[in-house]
Amino acid sequence: MSQADKHIDQYRRKFLGQGAALAGAVTLGPGVMFTSIASAKPDDQPVSSEVRWGFLIDTNKCADNCTECVTACEKENGWGSGSADEQHSRADQKAQWIRKVTVRDNRTNHSMSLPMMCQHCAHPPCVDVCPTGASMKRADGIVLVDKHICIGCRYCMMACPYKARSFVHEDLEHQRVYAPRGKGTVESCNLCVHRADKGEVPACAEACPEKAILFGNLNDASSDIAKRLASEASTEIRGDLGLDLGVRYQGI
Amino acid sequence: MTGQRAQGKAHSVAVTPNPARPALALRGLATMALLFGIVLPALAGAPKPDIPEAVKGKQCVEETGFMRKNHMELLLHQRDETVHEGIRTKKHSLKNCFTCHVVKGADGQPVSAKDPRHFCRECHDYAAVQVDCFQCHRSVPSSDVTRGKL
Repeated sequence: MSQADKHIDQYRRKFLGQGAALAGAVTLGPGVMFTSIASAKPDDQPVSSEVRWGFLIDTNKCADNCTECVTACEKENGWGSGSADEQHSRADQKAQWIRKVTVRDNRTNHSMSLPMMCQHCAHPPCVDVCPTGASMKRADGIVLVDKHICIGCRYCMMACPYKARSFVHEDLEHQRVYAPRGKGTVESCNLCVHRADKGEVPACAEACPEKAILFGNLNDASSDIAKRLASEASTEIRGDLGLDLGVRYQGI
Repeated sequence: MTGQRAQGKAHSVAVTPNPARPALALRGLATMALLFGIVLPALAGAPKPDIPEAVKGKQCVEETGFMRKNHMELLLHQRDETVHEGIRTKKHSLKNCFTCHVVKGADGQPVSAKDPRHFCRECHDYAAVQVDCFQCHRSVPSSDVTRGKL
């Protein structure tokens, strides 16, 4: 047995021991469900490439005027309406981890609405161009910025085909404990990495009233997301770039 | 272009050894002697940092002397493990520091790193070492509105 296999076995043993209690859904109160996913990992274990986190977003369910996912992200990660610190930046300078985009077909007048955020590419251009290694991809496919080594050069913002990254222009003070962010660094959706590590669903997916955002492990054939991806049609936005996205859309 | 080159040359001349060095060194020594003779006694009288007591317990996550000397190493190690590998053990986390090392102001609310009474500021101000952590990290425990369990 190789060293890697042993490591995985230990991981599984631990997981089966502690994880059973975490799996499934826990009822917090009448009608309030706290959804968790079965892949919670122990705190002291590193993330592994056995997992690849991703979203499947059904734009058919996504309502035009609904911005619940955006609001939930703002509140969770302390940007936009979730922060009182960014007072001097113009609206187009302020952080935007996730936004709603409305697309209309001029010939048919058919319009649709979809949430747009970091697509968590398997081959992320933002990581390619980063001069310090701050823009990085974790083993489990989450693309994020290590703000400790980010120098704020913003090459990644230019490289991203999805305009997913923002730059913080102001001193901040009231950040969330689990979502540090500060002046002079770049940031973007990190799939609520603090939640994913605990086996919880990202804030946007949890908040969506239509359950249009499905979060899960793309590598696990038995997960809901992998099953749906196998049985239903889905697309990558700008799939022609060949970046192998972690976020896929339906109905576009 | 030519201007830049000329500048570069001037710079390289400045760093070559020059005969005035020994004299300079002597002057340096004299300055040091002066500093130690005059400034140090003044420092001895400077107020020592008044280190606030931890909120709960007397023993830190490691032995106190070790923590005084090595807390930055622990935090640096933990930060890389957390951001890059998702290892989120509590023991050496910055968050754990502030579950115990909270200083409350007159209003009963924890003071942030902007306040010189903040736990980190007490020693860091004394030693004139800047803490960069709080440019991004929250410096007080969260009275979090969204999740209520931090």
